Amino acid sequence: MTADLEHFRADTRAWLEANCPAEMRQPMRSEKDACWGGRNFTFQSPAQKQWLDVMAGRGWTVPDWPREYGGGGLSAAETKILKEEMAAIGARPPLTSFGISMLGPALLKFGTESQKKHYLGQIARGEIRWCQGYSEPGAGSDLAGLQTKAEDAGDHYVVNGQKVWTSYADEADWIFCLVRTSTESKHGGISFLLFDMESPGVSTRPILLISGNSPFCETFFDDVKVPKDQVVGEVNKGWDVAKYLLGHEREMISGMGLGGERKALGAAVGPIEDPLLRAEIATFDVDALAFAAMSERFIDQLKAGESHPAFPSVMKYAGTELNKRRHELIMAAGGSDALEWDSERSNKGKAPRDWLRTKANSIEGGTSEIQLGIVAKHILRLPGA
Amino acid sequence: MMTLTDDQRMLADSVAPFMAEEGAIRAQLRHWRDIGCRDGFGHGLWKQFAELGLTGILIPETQGGAGLGMVEAGVVLEEVGRNLTPSPFLTTAVAAVRALEGSAQAERWFPGIMAGETVAALAVDEGKHHDPARVALEAKRSGNGFTLNGTKQFVVHGASADIILVAARTAGAAGEREGLTLFAVERGMAGLGVDNAALVDSSKAAHLTFDQVTVDADAIVGEVDHGWAPLSRALNAGRAGAAAELVGVASGASAMSLDYLRQRKQFGKLIGEYQALQHRAAHLYGEIEIARAAALKAAQLLDAGDPRAELMVSVAKAKAARVAALAVQEGVQMHGGIGMTDEHDIGLYMKREAVLGNLFGSATFHAGEVARISGY
Repeated sequence: MTADLEHFRADTRAWLEANCPAEMRQPMRSEKDACWGGRNFTFQSPAQKQWLDVMAGRGWTVPDWPREYGGGGLSAAETKILKEEMAAIGARPPLTSFGISMLGPALLKFGTESQKKHYLGQIARGEIRWCQGYSEPGAGSDLAGLQTKAEDAGDHYVVNGQKVWTSYADEADWIFCLVRTSTESKHGGISFLLFDMESPGVSTRPILLISGNSPFCETFFDDVKVPKDQVVGEVNKGWDVAKYLLGHEREMISGMGLGGERKALGAAVGPIEDPLLRAEIATFDVDALAFAAMSERFIDQLKAGESHPAFPSVMKYAGTELNKRRHELIMAAGGSDALEWDSERSNKGKAPRDWLRTKANSIEGGTSEIQLGIVAKHILRLPGA
Repeated sequence: MMTLTDDQRMLADSVAPFMAEEGAIRAQLRHWRDIGCRDGFGHGLWKQFAELGLTGILIPETQGGAGLGMVEAGVVLEEVGRNLTPSPFLTTAVAAVRALEGSAQAERWFPGIMAGETVAALAVDEGKHHDPARVALEAKRSGNGFTLNGTKQFVVHGASADIILVAARTAGAAGEREGLTLFAVERGMAGLGVDNAALVDSSKAAHLTFDQVTVDADAIVGEVDHGWAPLSRALNAGRAGAAAELVGVASGASAMSLDYLRQRKQFGKLIGEYQALQHRAAHLYGEIEIARAAALKAAQLLDAGDPRAELMVSVAKAKAARVAALAVQEGVQMHGGIGMTDEHDIGLYMKREAVLGNLFGSATFHAGEVARISGY
């Protein structure tokens, strides 16, 4: 077993060495260097496309998905080795996608065989870029209060309503969307629909954020026709799918607290002359390095089937609050340099824009207060929670 | 893997009921406190630790011990912390054993430790704050041995100890790691003054005065001028162990508070129904899990001899101290008036945290260590 894994590691290392373009081993300068794939995606370079193609060819964009759905069919141990070997040469992720991190796991669990065959392969190859239609103007923390309705019109549904905070809706090809198919029950009247964003009646409008960027949109549906075989799971049982998917989203967002690495912040921000700031950063590093240990333990417990189903809420809450603190401290360490908004010197205001962006971390995917409520109810079992 | 092995789980399953029954607050902590015990712990219980094989937990199998590691010691200490069980386990079976291992002194002291007959103490601090590199207690060569002059404080179990491991300066200046030597000083030496002080948590720690205390060269643990190696082994084990015990203290206080939230009614509702308290309890839960993971990681790295262990030990000690402080403060506050009474146990958790949080370096000391080790 161990010998097999060592063999796998050696093969993987050699293959990555031969196939990962040098350009794809450079650190990403910004979110814009990510490869999102999809019908409308413009590759930043031939190397970016080549890297996606060779990885997708092996199923390694989604290494632990089954082979028949476009995955690599790797075991958990092999997947870990692949990630370690990619990290060792600084390889960028070949594909960043909500299809991989959110929809895919839900389809694997709830999708029909033909849905899995059709959609998972497209996700694995980076052909279709997905967006998530969850929140509505009147349904944020109280997500199950959503009003966008899908009416049964015989062989299809007719969708009307509005979504908000739809990440990259203006660049996405398809949407996975929560809609109301019954008003008889709040949680039991929701269905999980997939449809093409080019369907007649779909329109989007970007939302300008305090960071000056527009990663989110408002999305409008006006008599959008959706075939009935595009429901995931049972009709009126979409809340189960939604909750499962939110668990994955929370894990992904909580991982941002690590900033992709476990090095001390104090070593990254350069010399700190102010002793009080140094002390604050050291206190932060204690919390961040301790959280990194919990992330590692969480993953091991997940694999061993020992994790409480509500534990992603603990990770999400702690990870996002930590990430906000990290950027508060980066701003403090940056002084007036970190206040510049668009100069080249400041990399177009990267520090303040990143700082402002992190303020959404504890709102999106369920606010910190929602997470604490989930922990109080499902883990601590406090009365009336 | 950061999950416990089957053996480690079995150890936890056997130690938990032992500590909850034999080591319970009423049976031990309150008992010894209320009769004014000089030691602050019961020798009978320490014998029971020995019968369970716990006193030799870190001692190699070749020397008759269990040959286990810091992860297992941490499993025991979490239960010790949860029940506020007073014992010399941390100082003797963890810190002192790590200092003595591999030295000529080991053969002399390990049998007594394994039998639950020997108590050991670590004498490092000289001022009110922990800072081992600043050790100034002087040890001068005289004849075949050394003469020690100076003072120590916060020597936990110092008045009860059969052997005190004393960090002394044989060369260099205060602030330097080189030039320290670790001595195993036996009780009752001429010139050794012991002032036994009761601490806030009813444990005992001594102020020691060394006035021309003469020891043989064979009292040296490790090498002359290179005492930093055994000293830091002892301190890192002590710190990781204290972190695990603090996690236990936090868990015990938190469990007690959660019980109270589920029982106490005000304004016609259980107070646990109020969101103001639910969110604080949920926040605390997450913090305790983080501290537990950090303590486990530190123990694993120590057991693996990993060079990152020193950093993680400081992370764990600092984090566990902060989290336990939060747990006991929330504990007393959530209990309201009853939490201020001596009759209720929650206040005992607050007192224990105060001592453990400072032992082998406070949270701020270890945050400073994290900065230093990380290069800023």
